[in-house]
Amino acid sequence: MSAHRPLPRWADIALLPALNLLLAFLVSGLVVLLVGENPFHAIQVILYGAFGYGDGFGYTLYYATNFIFTGLAVAVAAHAGLFNIGGDGQAYVAGLGAVVVALALDQTHWLIAMPLAIIAAGAVGGFWGFVPGWLQAKRGSHVVITTIMFNFIASALMVYMVNRVLKPASTMAPESETIEVAGRVPQLRQFFSFFGYSPVNLSILIAIAALIGVYILIWHTKFGYAMRVLGANPTASRYAGISNSKMIMITMTISGALAGMVAINEVMGVQNRLVLDFVAGAGFVGIAVALMGRNHPIGIALAAILFGALYQGGQELQFVIPGITREMIVVIQALVILFTGAMEGLFRPSLERAFMLLSPEQKSEAIAVSTAKPES
Amino acid sequence: MDLAVILSILDATIRLSTPLLLACLAGLYSERAGIFDIGLEGKMLAAAFAAGAVAAISGSAWLGLMAGMAVSLATTLLQGAAAITLKGNQLIAGVAINMLAAGMTTFLGQTWFSQGGRTPALSEGGRFAPITLPFANELAGVPILGPIYSELISGHYLLVYIAFIMVAVTAFVLYRTRFGLRLRAVGENPKAVDTAGISVVKQRYQAIIITGLLCGLAGAYFSIAQGSGFGNNMTAGKGYIALAALIFAKWKPVPAMFTCLLFGFLDALQIRLQNFELPVIGVVPVQAIQALPYVLTVVLLAGFIGKAVGPKAGGVPYTKER
Repeated sequence: MSAHRPLPRWADIALLPALNLLLAFLVSGLVVLLVGENPFHAIQVILYGAFGYGDGFGYTLYYATNFIFTGLAVAVAAHAGLFNIGGDGQAYVAGLGAVVVALALDQTHWLIAMPLAIIAAGAVGGFWGFVPGWLQAKRGSHVVITTIMFNFIASALMVYMVNRVLKPASTMAPESETIEVAGRVPQLRQFFSFFGYSPVNLSILIAIAALIGVYILIWHTKFGYAMRVLGANPTASRYAGISNSKMIMITMTISGALAGMVAINEVMGVQNRLVLDFVAGAGFVGIAVALMGRNHPIGIALAAILFGALYQGGQELQFVIPGITREMIVVIQALVILFTGAMEGLFRPSLERAFMLLSPEQKSEAIAVSTAKPES
Repeated sequence: MDLAVILSILDATIRLSTPLLLACLAGLYSERAGIFDIGLEGKMLAAAFAAGAVAAISGSAWLGLMAGMAVSLATTLLQGAAAITLKGNQLIAGVAINMLAAGMTTFLGQTWFSQGGRTPALSEGGRFAPITLPFANELAGVPILGPIYSELISGHYLLVYIAFIMVAVTAFVLYRTRFGLRLRAVGENPKAVDTAGISVVKQRYQAIIITGLLCGLAGAYFSIAQGSGFGNNMTAGKGYIALAALIFAKWKPVPAMFTCLLFGFLDALQIRLQNFELPVIGVVPVQAIQALPYVLTVVLLAGFIGKAVGPKAGGVPYTKER
């Protein structure tokens, strides 16, 4: 068993995800074929819709902004060995922080409103991540189950808040008052007409800052090192004098706060009000993005753009090919999670063997492994 | 509140608890065998769609039920392949299954039937009819016990009775048979089971096959018993409530039944209490009652009311040697 050599780094971070992605696309293509449409035509439509013109590209970036935040949220937790499935709920409640600040400071300037709203949304989202973290750290309740429960509690809470508290008496629709002036995040189209009418806004800069911030946090700070030690081996981290429970709580708070940034993009950048279900499953896309991106900011950025393109192209797809609805994108997303996350064992062993055969000094060892009786 | 109102709430409780109970028992087999299953929702959804689609086309509820169970089983085996054979992350496999089901059902529903993701409304034979138990009509006149028997106990769908019978069956299988002992052992200490010469992998697959079949029943209940045809995202998070119920019941069959009845009751109450003014408290927000099962589960998990400790080997793929 010990004869297995780990894959070369480039194969681990690029080749394996690429193979898994290819498989996901292949299966999706078969599904498209199954309903009697041409998968190559579908790919063409998606690519054009996502990158072919300014509006489309703007939409791709707007979706990618959300997915960077939720992807980072999942990744940060994953480095500490935690699976935060509650990005959806954390982003949803963070909408409260964003909308309250944006409405209160609507008459000031966006340079004042935006930073404060980021803090508020981060605080509320962070709190929604902190509680499951605290329960995991202090009471031993499994963070996966609690974050699932917190997603549902968040959705009940938000329906109540929007309908009973935030909704002005004059409107019928379940939504908050409209943010008119300073609470709006400036749109990129105000600076570059290239983006047409697409809603990509300055939140994307926060997303880029978050990517860099997370990179520094995880690989260049003491705290990030402690996080990774905890993720790799909780017992070792305890013996090293790291307080595991403190780490878990802080990590989950950071994770929740990152997910909460979705609210800035959606509430202040696009909808200009708090609407029900504005997160629209972005928290779950984040799981796919983090898995695809190997929990690394560069990978996450690329994966977020990939999924942003799929979401935008998928919108386009249902107009051009009426036989295919945008739910096809959810299928692709599910397959990506399945193949890159849960079925990693599909390619890795054979790939490891292939690489051993390729390098001369390991070749004899590899042959010995493959000819030895398979242990059962 | 008079007897009629109480009975109608309790009647709704039974109807609403049934899919929870079936899914909860499904999860019980899987989790007791050491496989965390957060994919209950997806399997139910897939089954609901398959049952609705086949029943609509064939006009037979039984064929629909078969299809539902078959699709749920296939989905479970896919999840099992990832979680057992390939030793993948069980939680991620569950997330993938849920998402796959959500996407596929809507996508196929729209492409095949073009009714916004819904399957066509079912004909008479395509849907299970309520069963009237013997003497229900005759006994209805008896004071108190009569209405209880004829309205509360009689007049439900076949699947409702199956669900409650399954509680007894599960309790028996789990605690009184060799299969049940091995199932529990594989979830607590797979190494010991392996040492005794029993295949851990086989035992776990057997467990999830039962999980798949029961999820199939639960899903079919939505589309061809309670409802007439499949609707978009029909299970609406019930799979997660079932998961919550399973934890709340501490992975035991009889408590699972009571928990599902409690959560079903909360659901029934929530429909009743829309804008209903209670003394002292005033109008209870419906959302508060909707969130209650989740809040209760979190509180229980935190160990504030008892302690829920799952099967020890749960979530860990079994590797023979390192």
